[in-house]
Amino acid sequence: MRDIPGLPSRRGFLKASAATAAIASIAVPAKAEEKPEPVALTEYKPDCLKPSEWAFVMAAVARLIPSDGEGPGAIEARVPVFIDKQLAGDYGKASDWYMVGPYQPAASPLRGWQTPLNPLETYQQAIPVFDDWCKATHGKIFAELDAETQDKALTSLQKDEMKIKPELREFFSILLANTKEGYFSDPMYGGNHGMAAWKYIGFPGARGSYREWVGKHNVKYPLGPVSISGERG
Amino acid sequence: MARTEKKKDVVLVGFGWTGAIMGIELANEGLEVLALERGHDQDTVPNFQYPNMIDELKYGIRYGMMEKPANTTVTIRRSLDEEALPYRSLGTFLLGTGVGGAGTHWNGLNWRPMQSEYRLKSYVTEKFGAGVMTEDMTIQDYPMSYEELEPHFDRFEKVAGISGTAGNINGKIVEGGNPFEAPRSDEYPMPAMPSTWDGVKFRDAAKAAGYHPFPSPGGIASKDYKNEYNMQMGPCNHCGFCERYGCYNYSKSSPQTAIIDALKRKKNFEYRVNSEVLRVEKSTDGKTVTGVTYFDHKTGEEVFQPADLVILTAFALNNVHLMLVSGIGQPYDPNTNEGVVGRNYAYQITGGYTLFFKDEDFNPFIGTGANGFCIDDFGIDNIDFAKEGFVGGAYWRAGQTNGQPGRSMPLPAGTPSWGAGWKKGIGEWYGHAMSIGAHGSVMSYRGHYLDLDPTYKDRHGRPMLRMTYNWHPNEIRQTQFMKQKMEPVAKSMNPTTMQEGFKKEGAMFDVRPYQTTHNTGGTVTGDDPKTSVLNRYLQSWDCHNLFVMGANTFPQNTQYNPTGMVGGLAYWAAHAIRKDYLPNPRPLV
Repeated sequence: MRDIPGLPSRRGFLKASAATAAIASIAVPAKAEEKPEPVALTEYKPDCLKPSEWAFVMAAVARLIPSDGEGPGAIEARVPVFIDKQLAGDYGKASDWYMVGPYQPAASPLRGWQTPLNPLETYQQAIPVFDDWCKATHGKIFAELDAETQDKALTSLQKDEMKIKPELREFFSILLANTKEGYFSDPMYGGNHGMAAWKYIGFPGARGSYREWVGKHNVKYPLGPVSISGERG
Repeated sequence: MARTEKKKDVVLVGFGWTGAIMGIELANEGLEVLALERGHDQDTVPNFQYPNMIDELKYGIRYGMMEKPANTTVTIRRSLDEEALPYRSLGTFLLGTGVGGAGTHWNGLNWRPMQSEYRLKSYVTEKFGAGVMTEDMTIQDYPMSYEELEPHFDRFEKVAGISGTAGNINGKIVEGGNPFEAPRSDEYPMPAMPSTWDGVKFRDAAKAAGYHPFPSPGGIASKDYKNEYNMQMGPCNHCGFCERYGCYNYSKSSPQTAIIDALKRKKNFEYRVNSEVLRVEKSTDGKTVTGVTYFDHKTGEEVFQPADLVILTAFALNNVHLMLVSGIGQPYDPNTNEGVVGRNYAYQITGGYTLFFKDEDFNPFIGTGANGFCIDDFGIDNIDFAKEGFVGGAYWRAGQTNGQPGRSMPLPAGTPSWGAGWKKGIGEWYGHAMSIGAHGSVMSYRGHYLDLDPTYKDRHGRPMLRMTYNWHPNEIRQTQFMKQKMEPVAKSMNPTTMQEGFKKEGAMFDVRPYQTTHNTGGTVTGDDPKTSVLNRYLQSWDCHNLFVMGANTFPQNTQYNPTGMVGGLAYWAAHAIRKDYLPNPRPLV
């Protein structure tokens, strides 16, 4: 297993069955191996996140999908890069959404996105509010807390124990959704580095052709993933 | 300042399924036909090509094929006394755009309603007494019979290329098909698709319980196929990217695959994209329409397009909006129960069980939008409404449509939504779960309707369409009935663990999670101009040279996915226009 640059060595990404191990051993080297390794997360220059926001995202996703245990964590999957790029693009700007007032941010959550803020503005405004709350409650900003306290703080955020203002109410939901998106999306968006999340759960990515496998009932599909840009895992 | 284009015989507003059907049928009559499409042009190549199309983030999560709410959306409220708020980002339903419309990104499930559904009010009243209907229920009969529609269902299924197993051919019950379906004159044009493991498990459990499973009918090619327009489909490779995606393999039925390429070759047919119709123009006496005014997004100007015949062939909600902003027909008023445009809006109610099997492999990424097996034992024809206390029914289906991990990651109840527990959960359970769904009817009610929003405007300054809709106790009783019947079937399959997802009493309409894009009613077809916008040929009661297609014509929603009915009705109306209207244009009723 290849190491992720800038991070401690990790093993056991792939819960390899005998079949997949055999295939991996004879497979042509994956294209990803030929690509220059991406810059380490500690050196990464964000497209839109300020240093304090980047530090928060790095710390938060590391708890939302932690590195310990089987399977890659959000850090190994380079989820922070994905989030930065998404927030810098159409998603962050809510370009596709109807963003014309009047707004009723305090409406029932069942009524969908009703804040005047777009996702990027939500991150930008919610992170300092949450950091202030962490400082007041736990003595340090989120990124500086120990892992256990970070988990407690994220739980408080999820349960809205700090009564964040309604304009920022969706912050935890989008943070978690964006983290999972970065974990599972095609690697071309910056996350799911090396298709590690797909390998971990057994999703073959963009293979897209299973006709002869439809009738093979209750037999695990043997091949690893391919990506849209042609990486083979 | 508006420019005026050369007059056409026919102008079609929207270029999806019904626009393509009307386009080819009327172009074949030799008429000059123009389709106006608000969105972009798109075709299998280059727009739906492998591998770029099978991108979950771009199309499945960021809705790359859908109409952007920034361009067009609606406002929604749950009751007459709530303030409607804009549907700002997509969730519960997904409106298509561009050539092919929603017909490009559907799952492909294709049905004909059950026999009682065409004369639902009469059926309910005769069989169970009017007392089984709630006081506010406004269901009504279709003004045409199943027997009249049957040849048109048959034709749509053969054009669209539907795979399935017939269960009733001319009254003869055929083993392996749906014994409860309305009698069909012919087989499906292609044999049923093979099913994945989840569908087969459900089939066996349903059979053991005494029910009547049959393969899901759908517009997914099971073999090589050619339709009457010489359009070809190739067999599906079960890639697991149907709904929200275009098909790169010419296997999923779509306007492009079934009709449009043939239509484009006709010299008397033209289509213009980025051409968004703003209103239908009425003549001075108001008895006919003179054409449409559209916004040309390329030149940034309004264009008047004169035509002898105008046919609204956009998505259901857009057709209703156009009627309202054009001032054709009396808008519905729920307080007086008078008026017709916007009346009888309905939706779909769904629920189901998720079953987890620790030691079984489902390979959930192998699928199609119409995969698996269904039962219709709890369809509308088969329920005693007086005994059960509701009006309606549902079909059930098990058949995985996709294993895209961002959208399809069922986890046992109690699994944390993040952290180490979540990560462990996805490793343990991805590929080891299946579901059974109930897809239920929704009746129409006095308080569920569409009108124009008093506050929010679209980018052209038109009032937005306002939707007033909530879950009605009748549908909650129906879906809870399905839960009660489904639980023993699910249990009989001996899952490691299982969980239900059915709406409960007091459930409020939630716009966030995807439910269905089966929005129906608003310009319903009927026998009486006081309770319908369109006569039995989908012709406007007010302006005889205006016809309106789509699920907006349904008097109430059926228990099925609407496309089969929408296609059948379009061929029915096309036939009436060709044979009866064109030789002598007039009100046909």
